Amino acid sequence: MLSNLGIIFSSISLLASLFLIHLSFVELKVSGDKIPKKIYKFSLVQLIFSLLSFLILLTGYIFSDFSMINVYENSHTTKPLFYKISGTWGNHEGSLLLWINILVIFSFLFLILNKNKNKNFKIFTLIFQNLLISIFFIFLLTNSNPFSPVFPVPNEGLGLNPILQDPALAIHPPLLYVGFVGSSIYFSAALAALISKVEAKSLAITLKPWISISWFFQTIGILVGSIWAYYELGWGGYWFWDPVENSSLMPWFLMTALLHSVLVLERRMGLYSWVIILSILTFTMSVVGTFLVRSGILNSVHTFANDPSRGLFILTFLVLMVFSSIFIFFKYAPSEKKNYRIFSKEFFILINNWFMIFFLAVVLIGTLYPVFLDTLSGEKISVGPPYYNFILTPFLIPLLFLMTSGPKHKWVSSETKKFFDIILFLSVFLFLIIFFVIKENNLLINLILLFSIYLIIQTIFDFYENLKNRNINLSRITSHFGFGLLIFFISINHIFSVESNFNVRMGEKKDIKNYVIKFENLETSSGNNYKSVIGYFEILNKKKLIKENLRPEIRIYNQPKTITYEASINSNLFSDTYLTMSNISDSDIFNIKFQKKPFMNFIWFSVLLISLGGILNFFNRKKEI
Amino acid sequence: MKKIHLIIICIFLIFIFTTFYLSLDNKKIYNTEDMVGQKIDKVELTLFNNNKTFNTKEISNYKFTLFNFWASWCAPCRKEHKNLIKLSKNKNLKIIGVNFKDNKTQAKEFLQEMGDPFFILIKDPKGKQSVNFGVYGIPETILVNQDLEILKKYIGPLDIKDVNEIKKIVKQ
Repeated sequence: MLSNLGIIFSSISLLASLFLIHLSFVELKVSGDKIPKKIYKFSLVQLIFSLLSFLILLTGYIFSDFSMINVYENSHTTKPLFYKISGTWGNHEGSLLLWINILVIFSFLFLILNKNKNKNFKIFTLIFQNLLISIFFIFLLTNSNPFSPVFPVPNEGLGLNPILQDPALAIHPPLLYVGFVGSSIYFSAALAALISKVEAKSLAITLKPWISISWFFQTIGILVGSIWAYYELGWGGYWFWDPVENSSLMPWFLMTALLHSVLVLERRMGLYSWVIILSILTFTMSVVGTFLVRSGILNSVHTFANDPSRGLFILTFLVLMVFSSIFIFFKYAPSEKKNYRIFSKEFFILINNWFMIFFLAVVLIGTLYPVFLDTLSGEKISVGPPYYNFILTPFLIPLLFLMTSGPKHKWVSSETKKFFDIILFLSVFLFLIIFFVIKENNLLINLILLFSIYLIIQTIFDFYENLKNRNINLSRITSHFGFGLLIFFISINHIFSVESNFNVRMGEKKDIKNYVIKFENLETSSGNNYKSVIGYFEILNKKKLIKENLRPEIRIYNQPKTITYEASINSNLFSDTYLTMSNISDSDIFNIKFQKKPFMNFIWFSVLLISLGGILNFFNRKKEI
Repeated sequence: MKKIHLIIICIFLIFIFTTFYLSLDNKKIYNTEDMVGQKIDKVELTLFNNNKTFNTKEISNYKFTLFNFWASWCAPCRKEHKNLIKLSKNKNLKIIGVNFKDNKTQAKEFLQEMGDPFFILIKDPKGKQSVNFGVYGIPETILVNQDLEILKKYIGPLDIKDVNEIKKIVKQ
């Protein structure tokens, strides 16, 4: 029943998209500057039925309707309600439906929120967006149908992978999707702007809120994913340069570049083609990421069930999309010549863009190189954190410096300010204090610390100055401040982290640096859909004589039968104590991973600040930068 | 100039997309269960006790051969051992043990304690030879006929059901 309804609703929504494309083409030939009512009506129909089809799937999950294969394969009656709901997008088919819903929602919002814009521009945007929607609906209905029925209806489902049963992970995919699927709207708008020859300022004003909002969600999505990896995966880190993490970071670099260069477009009417290229690239990179993850050509914690037909479909779509964008771009792109004076704001923004593109290139090469090498030569390698850290870390120093000095410069002007100012002096002073406290010898880390302090102090001063002038650019200040803090705390975290792996039996003690870890007891317990073995540990800080109790768990889930290792983390304001245990089969020895990670909460908080800048930028559109 | 840019970009993209296309067929998940029905390679192995070589083509002398991959450090191997002892009494079947990434003394102690079901014992201290059989974790057991064709492959410890299945195949 639900299965049929789902198929009918999504088919109606697909039909509405096709009609919209048809109506839009007809409308292009009609003069006048108003979009006819029926286009709005069809958009509304499309939106309603697309949302309804998602609701149907959601209902299927909530009420455990196993007549749909998708629910049968990914859910179970004993699963907590919250995870039944998040199960809807915890699999390929369901998440594709969510994808489409975001495409549709953005398409609808774009149409109703830009009532006064150039008509042809809106119509073309609608055409491109609906082409995307139709293609993905066809993909959904023909290849990855979440509503496929199963007969006879099974009594019980197979369950959701327990590592996905985590609150952070439940909300992580929707956030990221709003981020990178949201970028589709400026992809469509950029192509439409080229064809309908929209002028620079108007394009910038139209794109800006969409870029801010998708950038905000992308940042938060990455943050939540990181938090999940830290608490749930039990690897004791927050960023692993895993290919799938990289796929979410690559569009982020482009969005960040775009967020900055759209300002130049707005104020100076420069970088028109560049903004268009970035808009196209952002969504392209999002689809490349989706292709890498869904086709199964990458091996990662995220890999969906392997199905080459899926990969082939996304790849075909990608090829069509990229080549038609190139065609449109080369056919319609205006030629522009603008010289930028050194030490003007736009010059710094341009440099920021080159940094972002450089970071993107490094991450892209690191992600694709193993895939390419394996395919072309059969050799298997993996590119890990050392590569990224080695190449990217030194470039943080000039980036931090540019972030500090760029905003101080005015548009157009080329006057140079005094290089040695009070803020730099204060930063060096603060840095020296920190240096004598931590006594770190690594030059690179010291420089990064120095420049992050410089950025932090500069933004605080900026805030103060802005406050005096009653002209606060809160979004830039918040994001740059957050970024300075992030780099500062990551460095401190890197310097002070303690990590150790060892084997113990119950009742034994182990000394690690300033800590004594005692394995006190072992208990078994059972949860709703799992059984668990809980270890009782006492950690003594020898210096401060503080005791902490940690209880890592080994969980054995019944549906599907999976073992997970639950880290026990004692999170204080300044430091996290982290313990995971795994048993060595059929013995009484347990393998323990102990970590002391300072300032984790500050790292999360910094990223939150960075993303907050995006939302402030969204609500603060009229303010000057 | 514009055209040259366009051509370079297109060639580059075509290269990328072609590689993506090729990578779709590239199997990432290594599944040894596909090996059933295939023939095992004729490879030279080293005997456990005297370092002499044993070539797998010699097993065509026996009606059925069961390769068992084990180690003294592997707990499930301990569990399945009694089943191997049972099977070793079968006349149609020769069991070849492959001692996988193990310490020689501990392996000997294991066999002394638990009994020795192996007709021939092979050593593979680095686990490299076992790869020829598609083994990357233990215990694994492979049933091979006279033509060196793999009839059955068991991943994980053999249980009583598996023993009965092997007995049934060997009877025919």
